Amino acid sequence: MIAPFACAPDFDPPILDSIVSGPYSGAIDCDVHPAVPGTAALMPYLDPYWREMHALRDLDRMDLMSYPPNVPLSGRSDWRPATGTPGSDFNLLQKQALDHFGVRFAICNCIYGAQAFYDENMAAAFCRATNDWIRNDWLDRDPRLRASIVLPAQNPDLAADEIERLAGDKRFVQVLLLARCELPLGRKFYWPIYRAAERHGLPVGIHAGSMFRHSPTQCGHPSFFVEDYIAQTQAFAAQLTSFVSEGVFSKFPGMKVVLIESGVTWLPAMIWRFGKDWRGIRAEIPWVRSTPGAIIRDHVRLTVQPLDGPSNPKDVERILEHLGSEDLLLFSTDYPHWQFEGDAALPPELPENLLRKILVENPLATYPRLKETIQ
Amino acid sequence: MSTPTVVSPGRDNSRPKPVVTGVVDCDIHPSAASPAELWQFLPERWRTYVAKFGTRLPNQPTINIVPYPRMSPGNGMRMDSWPPNGGFPASDLDFMREQLLDACGIEFGIFQPLSGASMSTNLELGAALSIAMNEWQLEKWARQDSRLKAGICIPQEDPEASVAIIERFAGNRDFVHIAVPTRTMEPFGRKRYRPIFAAAERWNLPICMHPPATGYHCNTPTGWASYYLEEHVSLAHPPQTVATSMIMEGIFERFPRLKIVLVEGGFAWVPPLAWRLDNQWRKMRDEVPHVKRPPSEYLREHFWFTTQPVEEAERPSDLLDTIRWIGANRLMFSTDYPHWDFDDPSRAFKVELSAEDHRAIFRENAVALFRLNEKLDEK
Repeated sequence: MIAPFACAPDFDPPILDSIVSGPYSGAIDCDVHPAVPGTAALMPYLDPYWREMHALRDLDRMDLMSYPPNVPLSGRSDWRPATGTPGSDFNLLQKQALDHFGVRFAICNCIYGAQAFYDENMAAAFCRATNDWIRNDWLDRDPRLRASIVLPAQNPDLAADEIERLAGDKRFVQVLLLARCELPLGRKFYWPIYRAAERHGLPVGIHAGSMFRHSPTQCGHPSFFVEDYIAQTQAFAAQLTSFVSEGVFSKFPGMKVVLIESGVTWLPAMIWRFGKDWRGIRAEIPWVRSTPGAIIRDHVRLTVQPLDGPSNPKDVERILEHLGSEDLLLFSTDYPHWQFEGDAALPPELPENLLRKILVENPLATYPRLKETIQ
Repeated sequence: MSTPTVVSPGRDNSRPKPVVTGVVDCDIHPSAASPAELWQFLPERWRTYVAKFGTRLPNQPTINIVPYPRMSPGNGMRMDSWPPNGGFPASDLDFMREQLLDACGIEFGIFQPLSGASMSTNLELGAALSIAMNEWQLEKWARQDSRLKAGICIPQEDPEASVAIIERFAGNRDFVHIAVPTRTMEPFGRKRYRPIFAAAERWNLPICMHPPATGYHCNTPTGWASYYLEEHVSLAHPPQTVATSMIMEGIFERFPRLKIVLVEGGFAWVPPLAWRLDNQWRKMRDEVPHVKRPPSEYLREHFWFTTQPVEEAERPSDLLDTIRWIGANRLMFSTDYPHWDFDDPSRAFKVELSAEDHRAIFRENAVALFRLNEKLDEK
């Protein structure tokens, strides 16, 4: 069996000798959010048919409802541009997310309404345009930027086509799905995506957010945005349960999943419950032959923001130990989303060894393409 | 009054079980020996109705089997729980006494009745079934063995009928709680359920919320799961929605004496939920100005958690962190008899609890919350 993280890099000191310095010099930020400023920005990347539809059907303002621009979560007050959607200003992101923190790389995860359309052709067209826009308007403008390929999960064959179209550009280091989809992501329906992603060494990133196909909780629709966001952990847990139960990692042994903006601390309790349940009724899924906790640690990583943890550093240390491995966490600022104040992107008093893993080693082991593109 | 003897739970199932006494079991599921046993408590109109049309539950594709068939006969029963008289598990009082109450040192057993009454798509039938369940619990069980305590079944999607049923039964101290499923039609903090909270406060009865076998919405927010295993893992989610919704809707500002027990959802999810509630509320509190204090404070003050299925930490001692973060004063032991994932009081915890925590979790918290001593004092 291929161990997906077996090619963990030797620690590579030059990577830390970054050209810029900052509180996280040389770190790899695995989650920043450029925002499409408006559909007009995508026009150069749409074909004539969709340009015409843009005008005819008034296809503007497609921001995803998971991150309404004015909600406090969507933009930290000091990270908001004077006008427009947080994350839509290239210069601001360059200055605040890259220069200020001194990161070596930052991975752009664009969250956009195209990922949620019901028309799979429209979704594919706008995902293509979004990816081309990311490539030309962001990746080409700063060598520190990397990106995820935004996918139309509405149709996994079209999604796989999009992976094939862009996989040659090594600056795309991941493919991106939302946490709440039409079906649990372990289902065979989605396997064309995983086949393509595995073939090209692209981890499957799952970001908080929704395609808005089902109610966000088993009890229907909560009243408030804050409840919806808090409930995102349930979607991440359901996706992991599905991946393991459907045997996805047996079929695609090299596949890696990255949970982005998941909250992190819910995972140990979920692994404990899943493990106990699996021991009791594993005859239902005889193809799963090791404990869910072991499978998850072999294939799944998590970006660190938000770290919904306790305030006492000793307790933070305990909950991180409950994860059962130091290899799981990937540094992220979640820029421009508001998750922490000032430069406190990581909890205080983390042990030096764990810190180095989170900032550099774990991201490099997770995203093999980062090493390939180091000049 | 007896207190539980200290137990040293071990992982070796071959050694003799330690003796435990004085336990309160907060989750027992009594069964009728036959449908007719329950239906005798229905008015003629509804007896005829269920005979012809049956009970309809939401998102239930098959008639005689749950959508996610369990991994043992009888819809997921313990293999050894079938009574010698050939009846259904937990349908025979003598065998329940022998196998559960006496064998596990249980001084009080709290019923969490499961009947479909609360999930019936026909609300009037749900109300009639709720009343029948309540009368059946009294007749068949609570009046026959004073250790057994009933829960008032209500059709919570019809709050008006629910309040009438609470008023009818709450004066009887054989009922120690109000039973509501965790997978309600709307998040439980929503406005429609407030009359139920007012009635619960009026009678000083905790509301016990237990997972039902079906629900009005998908069992994951990303579509229906394929396997019972997935559904079972996801049963830890509705209690989180209950807590989030009730806190964010400001329910405990309106009903400051309301007490909620989250049954059969485990408890290791509680600290991470508390941290997330506080972290996200701090940023988004403008949206919920009626939430006056950090959400974790309401969680700590108004919620109790039954233990089964006790999450089994990969390093067992990690569970002690979880218990410390929640506070042992909010955990209450439960077995889930006669279901397959039964937790035995002598083996449920794979770590040694302090004598104080053990007494609290296995007995004292439940005695205080359900006011079980009141009855004893009267005797």
